[in-house]
Amino acid sequence: MNDSLLVAENLRCTVGPRALFAGLSFTVDARELVEVRGANGSGKSTLLRCLVGLAEPESGDVRRRVEVQYLGHRSGNSGRMTPVENLQWLAGLRGGEPDRGSVDHALVRVGLGDARHEMCDSLSAGQQRRATLARLLVAPAALWILDEPLTSLDDAGVELVVELIAEHRARGGGAVCATHRTLTAGSASARVVALSQGTP
Amino acid sequence: MKLFLAQFRRDLLLAVRSRSDAANPVVFFILTTSVLGLGTDSDLGPGVIWVLALFANVLAVEGVFERDHEEGTLEQLMVHARPLFPAVLGKLAAHWAVSGLPVAILSPLVAFVLYGSTTGIPVLVASLLVGTPTLTLLGAIGAALTIATGRGGLLVAILVLPFYVPVLIFGASASAAAMTGEPFDFALLALGALLTASITAAPFAVGKALAISQEH
Repeated sequence: MNDSLLVAENLRCTVGPRALFAGLSFTVDARELVEVRGANGSGKSTLLRCLVGLAEPESGDVRRRVEVQYLGHRSGNSGRMTPVENLQWLAGLRGGEPDRGSVDHALVRVGLGDARHEMCDSLSAGQQRRATLARLLVAPAALWILDEPLTSLDDAGVELVVELIAEHRARGGGAVCATHRTLTAGSASARVVALSQGTP
Repeated sequence: MKLFLAQFRRDLLLAVRSRSDAANPVVFFILTTSVLGLGTDSDLGPGVIWVLALFANVLAVEGVFERDHEEGTLEQLMVHARPLFPAVLGKLAAHWAVSGLPVAILSPLVAFVLYGSTTGIPVLVASLLVGTPTLTLLGAIGAALTIATGRGGLLVAILVLPFYVPVLIFGASASAAAMTGEPFDFALLALGALLTASITAAPFAVGKALAISQEH
């Protein structure tokens, strides 16, 4: 499996005396969706943060071979800036020229065309979530790591996430999602990593 | 350089948008120095201005990462800024531009009110211009280490004050020497050396400290 986008080997994480997961190994290949399932508190977010590199697993190894885009619990947008300004900042951080055209295009795609010049603080929770989704389009990365991307989204928003992931896979990208429902479109399938407390 | 500018521009914009928060340390500096001028009649050295500039700096730098941590923009910074160094430097430069820089610019006024003379004021301003960025850079290490605890405040002050001491000593002694007509160039050069060292090293340390804080 030399062409995997990400390889996780023998990961182990603990919180206090409790093991969240141990001996966890999986790969994410191109065109693949990995759904991380598990009850609240089972370590989904911790696992994703390890995959992104924001946290260190207690033992084990994560090898990322491509650029990663991460959507976490926190929005990652400054409340005192507009969605446009937030996305331009992100594009600048990635070393690219903040290109207005692609930023506007992304915001229209996620349904924020009209709200793109409002402060993020004044947007609804669902709109804020949509603004974070626009990051996936503005800063393309071969591997998406999404932590419960459906939070506060309406039905159309859920549809949008499913579509975005399907398009991403069609382009050869891979995704890891912590989720409680499946994010596959049509006949596509997903690999499921189930976290249950007390994995040996 | 692109990363530096992207982060610098963003943080300046945010500082302008939240003027009242950003102005706090400067207001603190003006208020304390003017009250000191009114409340004491003994001869206060320029060291007083330096001490108050230092406290204004601790107050300001303590929260430099707080909002970004809460909003998750710090996570995005850590994930996307490659390398992290210029982005961190850009962030701190913007922070200094709205905290240390105005203090240095206002210091002639404060010094004139306190002492009623203009002797040595250029050196005071120079020492603040060269010294306060060092304070910001060092203070940011403490701020980065304490974000995970959720309450920086006094903890940051306790952590970083020992490292502030050399800057304070050289800054205050340069200003005092200039006021009494003694040579001050060594102290100024020492401040410059401290600044050079902290510009090269502190952003790395801040990056490491942020990485540690992100684990929680």
